[in-house]
Amino acid sequence: MITDVLFGATSIVVGIAVSYAVYWILDRLVGLTSDRVQKRIRAFAYLLPAAVLLIAVLFVPLIQTFVFSFMNSNGRKWVGFENYVDLFTDEGFLGILLNNFLWIAFVPAATVGFGLLIASLTNQVGPTREKVFKSLIFMPMSISFISAATIWSFIYVNVPPGRPEIGLLNALVIAFGGEPQPWMLVSEFRLNSFLLMIIIVWLQTGFAMVLISAAIKAVPEETLEAARVDGASRLQVFWRIVLPQIWGSVMAVFVTVIIMVMKIFDIVLAMTGGAFETSVLGFQFYQEYFLNSEVGKASAIVVVLTLLIVPLMWLQIRTVRHQEALR
Amino acid sequence: MKTLAVRLRDARLGTTLLLVLLVLIWSIPTIGLLITSFRSKDSANASGWWEAIINPFGQEWTLDAFEVVVTRDNMFGSFINTLVVAVPSTVLPLMIAAFAAYAFTFMEFKGREYYFAAIVALMVVPLQAALIPVIRALRAIKEATGISLIGDFPGAWLVHSAFALPLAIYILRNYMMTLPMPLIEAARIDGASWFQIFWRLVIPMSVPALASFAIFQFLWVWNDYLIAFIFVDSKPVLTYRLLRLLGQYGDGWQNVAAASFISLIVPLILFFSLQRYFVRGLTAGSVK
Repeated sequence: MITDVLFGATSIVVGIAVSYAVYWILDRLVGLTSDRVQKRIRAFAYLLPAAVLLIAVLFVPLIQTFVFSFMNSNGRKWVGFENYVDLFTDEGFLGILLNNFLWIAFVPAATVGFGLLIASLTNQVGPTREKVFKSLIFMPMSISFISAATIWSFIYVNVPPGRPEIGLLNALVIAFGGEPQPWMLVSEFRLNSFLLMIIIVWLQTGFAMVLISAAIKAVPEETLEAARVDGASRLQVFWRIVLPQIWGSVMAVFVTVIIMVMKIFDIVLAMTGGAFETSVLGFQFYQEYFLNSEVGKASAIVVVLTLLIVPLMWLQIRTVRHQEALR
Repeated sequence: MKTLAVRLRDARLGTTLLLVLLVLIWSIPTIGLLITSFRSKDSANASGWWEAIINPFGQEWTLDAFEVVVTRDNMFGSFINTLVVAVPSTVLPLMIAAFAAYAFTFMEFKGREYYFAAIVALMVVPLQAALIPVIRALRAIKEATGISLIGDFPGAWLVHSAFALPLAIYILRNYMMTLPMPLIEAARIDGASWFQIFWRLVIPMSVPALASFAIFQFLWVWNDYLIAFIFVDSKPVLTYRLLRLLGQYGDGWQNVAAASFISLIVPLILFFSLQRYFVRGLTAGSVK
């Protein structure tokens, strides 16, 4: 135990000290040159470590992944479009795409819906209650996907027949006269996938709530007052006055959640291991590379994933920029 | 003076009640976990955790589960490992990104806008897209030189840092643009070096942005499974250990709950103590 702590502390100190030293040395080296040269190269010296990391760990590997997607399982032989053809003619993979589609269809809408509901309700109850309620809803955001999976296992767990019921969902089902189910195994109508989606909605609603709440608070009071003077009801004020003014933020949250959902991986790994038709792109990549050692196929999956995400990210960065320009 | 009816209306009882209900639904899963972690194996298998609330005295309450996961599964060691992965993986990208953002904001050089646009473009890349070549490269380095960047802490620091950079540079530059330029120019005229201005002026003034990003990044790394699983497999982190425990729930759900509780302590403390930065950081980091 003590050795763990000592080793850890030393690693941290050495790691950080070395990085600081790199900048210090770079700065000194620049300082050795003439003033005119310094002026031209100092910025590049400060950018150098960032550039090296970005090129070596992000940019070049990205290109390599693209190249690998046209190669065989050990990444040594060219196979042309074979990986892509295999993927899109494989029924299993089409099922995975369907799952991703269901995730995108359900999670962002539900998350934004709950976020909008809670944000507009908390806006009406005064600062103290608002703060408490919002903290409790936001709290799951700090939890890891793996922890969330353990937490929800206590709800979805199914015990062998004859043992006392310890899963909350099955206990509720029994209380209403139903039959207990092994929920994670029920793939009819992709029910198990939907149960996984609920976990993410639970995790992400706080995020949607915070952003939408900030947007609601930015709605000018005069517009609300004018509507009230004209005799609009609370619901009318919300639909006609508030919602149109916060629509930009709502859409930004929506796109953010879509991006997050596309990359979903840990929760599937922890809850079902991708079995029972619950796999998604993010998980299938892991499956093909780490379990099946299929470099080419795994790369092709990631290329598909990236191509699906890039346009959304573009949109996202543009909206974020646009909102910053307005501020 | 307000009448009772007006006061009742201002109290918004109906809305509050609806919110209490929603918050309760939201908290139920976490409450179940907390309760289970303090139950004995027999209690945890004999009844649902909700029955422990209804009948708290018919239960065995114990810290056994915590003892088991700490001694048998070395959760404490994993806690330390997670910390050792997370602290440099937060500090290093912050330092690297701060220097880059500083250069982008305050220094004139050729092609500045293009380089910055390239970094923004890299923000769109999902982490998985670069993973396989990085793993292969690190393995090749290990075979050729014996330096094991993979399987140990430095590999995770490297990868986490690199993946944090585009977003960190973007956020920090946007923040630094709002700092007063004349102050930095005045410091230059007074003879301060660029290096000094960075540490003495720009970093202290950028604390809000640095803190927000630090919290986001720290939690991201703390909660990460994939990178830790690939790059620090010899030093299991909390998420890794927790996933293994979840697979062996046969020897008691109370162990899973206790382990999960241990992995939650740090995020929860951060959340409740630094809520303002926390919320700002997570919302700013949402594009990741």
